[in-house]
Amino acid sequence: MKYLDEYRDADLARTLAAAIRERVTKPWVLMEICGGQTHTLMRYGLDEMLPSEVEMVHGPGCPVCVTPLEVLDKAIAIASLPDVTFVSYGDMLRVPGSRLDLFRVKAAGGDIRMAYTPMEAVRIAREHPLRKVVFFGVGFETTAPANAMAVWQAHREGLRNFSMLASHVLVPPAIRLLLGSRENRVQGFIAPGHVCTIMGYRQYEELSATYRVPIVVGGFEPVDLLQAISMLVAQLEEGRAEVENQYVRSVTREGNEPAQRVMNEIFEVADRAWRGVGTIPASGLRIRPEFAAYDAERVFDVEAITAEEPAECISAQVLQGLKKPVDCPAFGTLCTPENPLGAPMVSTEGACAAYYTYRRNLVCAP
Amino acid sequence: MCLAIPGKILDTTEIGENRIGRVQFGGITRQAYLDWVPEAQPGDYVMVHVGFAISRVDEAEAERTYRLLEEMGLLAEEGLSETQRAGDRQP
Amino acid sequence: MKVLLGHGSGGRLSAQLTRDIFLPAFANPALDRLDDQAILQVNGTRLAFTTDTFVVKPLFFRGGDIGSLAVHGTVNDLAMGGADPLFLSAAFILEEGLDMETLQRAARSMASAAKSAGVQIVTGDTKVVEKGSGDGLFINTTGIGVVRDGLELSANRARPGDAVILSGSIGDHGIAILSEREGLQFECPIESDSAPLHGLVRTMLDTSLEIRCLRDPTRGGLSSTLNELASQSRVGIVINEERIPVREEVRGACELLGLDPLYVANEGKLVAIAAPGCADQIVEAMRRDPLGSQARIIGHVTESNPGMVVMRTVFGTSRIVDMLAGDQLPRIC
Repeated sequence: MKYLDEYRDADLARTLAAAIRERVTKPWVLMEICGGQTHTLMRYGLDEMLPSEVEMVHGPGCPVCVTPLEVLDKAIAIASLPDVTFVSYGDMLRVPGSRLDLFRVKAAGGDIRMAYTPMEAVRIAREHPLRKVVFFGVGFETTAPANAMAVWQAHREGLRNFSMLASHVLVPPAIRLLLGSRENRVQGFIAPGHVCTIMGYRQYEELSATYRVPIVVGGFEPVDLLQAISMLVAQLEEGRAEVENQYVRSVTREGNEPAQRVMNEIFEVADRAWRGVGTIPASGLRIRPEFAAYDAERVFDVEAITAEEPAECISAQVLQGLKKPVDCPAFGTLCTPENPLGAPMVSTEGACAAYYTYRRNLVCAP
Repeated sequence: MCLAIPGKILDTTEIGENRIGRVQFGGITRQAYLDWVPEAQPGDYVMVHVGFAISRVDEAEAERTYRLLEEMGLLAEEGLSETQRAGDRQP
Repeated sequence: MKVLLGHGSGGRLSAQLTRDIFLPAFANPALDRLDDQAILQVNGTRLAFTTDTFVVKPLFFRGGDIGSLAVHGTVNDLAMGGADPLFLSAAFILEEGLDMETLQRAARSMASAAKSAGVQIVTGDTKVVEKGSGDGLFINTTGIGVVRDGLELSANRARPGDAVILSGSIGDHGIAILSEREGLQFECPIESDSAPLHGLVRTMLDTSLEIRCLRDPTRGGLSSTLNELASQSRVGIVINEERIPVREEVRGACELLGLDPLYVANEGKLVAIAAPGCADQIVEAMRRDPLGSQARIIGHVTESNPGMVVMRTVFGTSRIVDMLAGDQLPRIC
């Protein structure tokens, strides 16, 4: 597959890994922000190829993982209503709320459907005017425009039975929080390539300058990540702190303007709670008041629902890159993909699930 | 949410106010909204995320950086063979 | 605690269900081996006995339907026990309101599949449940066959050094089904690979009896099968990513949806664990059969990391191929 296979070339990967090994003279702590990037790292064993001086910590770029427990509980409450058809992206279905997850609600009789695209929920609403169709709009900036389009389309067609439970988070505020923390060990960041495809990378220039930290916009294939890491290492070794773009085939400095316009039409910036982290000001999106009729939080009376995290789950620290999944006493024992204590273990992009699925207790390399 | 993959636009149509393309990924095809990539035409590659094209793959840029990478690889190989030759000359 | 869809996916949850409910209830040596078929001694003859229920949606898809699947699936479970499949029973659960035409189509398809496979459907049953209680049509087939002499096949017989052989490309069936499901809507020319494998198995056994186990990786994919074998034999299994054939269309669909082909269902492929000395000959023989044209050795059995399946990636690094909890879900990141 073009533009995919070339970036999975083993020779290129080895070349890049060798270049990194060659370049590095002291230890560096780097963070890849997006869960999809974490997955590639684990799935191709890229950390095995990197010199020991380079430590990768996994960032909070897992919108499923950071969806607050409350929002999950609201989703579950709405999905449990008899006249609701609840449509969601696949990965949200297994994420645990305070007591249940959407699969268990399905088992109890809820009409819950999986979709690849939010427009599928619009189609269902159009074809089933008597059902209340709710789409679970979770995601980062990458997905916000698509979710916005669904609301826009429903509005255009006057589909009064469609609404969205939106839980969007923005990346730069989370990075700012991380950088501002006294415990931060991260010296360089791989910015999420598809978020930046939409938003461009201007927002990262201010962060890079203020905190004197190199940021490289990276893609998702192994060669992309290794190249991004090599660019970060070069900057760190040379004492530079700039924003560079590795993912040139998809990302420009300005990003995708039509997509940003749709997003801003439907959504406005708001404070958001991040699961395991707490509220980060201006770090999320909510549906604008003009589109309140399509805001499931307002349509269904779920605003009062609140929730508490389980005590053993250290996802807060994992998501901030302060601990690795294997540092958690519950990892692989109390907390497994079948019985997850927190979202990073259930979500396929979560750091804990990635570790469990791909590495776990790999005792001896065969 | 970041899973976007590159696909080739086979053809496009207008449906209402939207421009929709049939995009090919490996051996399968699927529809995608092309409204955010107005410059993308049949034959172009686009990155598709949840049914929407979010960028047109910049083939020139991709070519350029890929070539740089390949050169890096060739240089590294040459560097290696230099070392080997030096090693062969050792008594 | 309620039954979840995940309990039927062939992964960890399914295994838990078997372990927690069925094994303790039915405990006996034949069952405890947890093979896909039971091998029983009856009056000096070894019989293979197996059952399977088919709940596929949609009922008709490219490359097959619930009827042909029901025949092939059970024929294959018998074949994996080294048996010549002889007779099948067929039990139908019909939902009130099912189109008679649909049932007719399924029955004809079963007849055709049975004829091609050389088995007879000799007995059966039909029940009708109220509207809303089923997906239209469920079929259970139970099969019986005679096991070849001199053959000892079981999931617990893999030994370090053995070769792991795969008969062909993975993920075809699962993707064919997904492409016809609402909600995902992609066009895909892939057909299900549903096929009876007893002919291929016969060819393999004619070549060598030093085959330790045979399994067809159905739901849960190649990963579940290899994990089960590793677990039951208490050995490690290492496979090479480069060796595993995946068709372009399957790849495209998996990339689009964020699925790993290792976990996608197959209905016309098999995995064989064989003694290292005869593996090459077996593969050669398989390649002469149309259902084994892509056969190859994909890995080997090890002493290290018992119970685990490790994959050597194309980069030479290693990753664990774990058993999934429930169904693999399309992801968007």
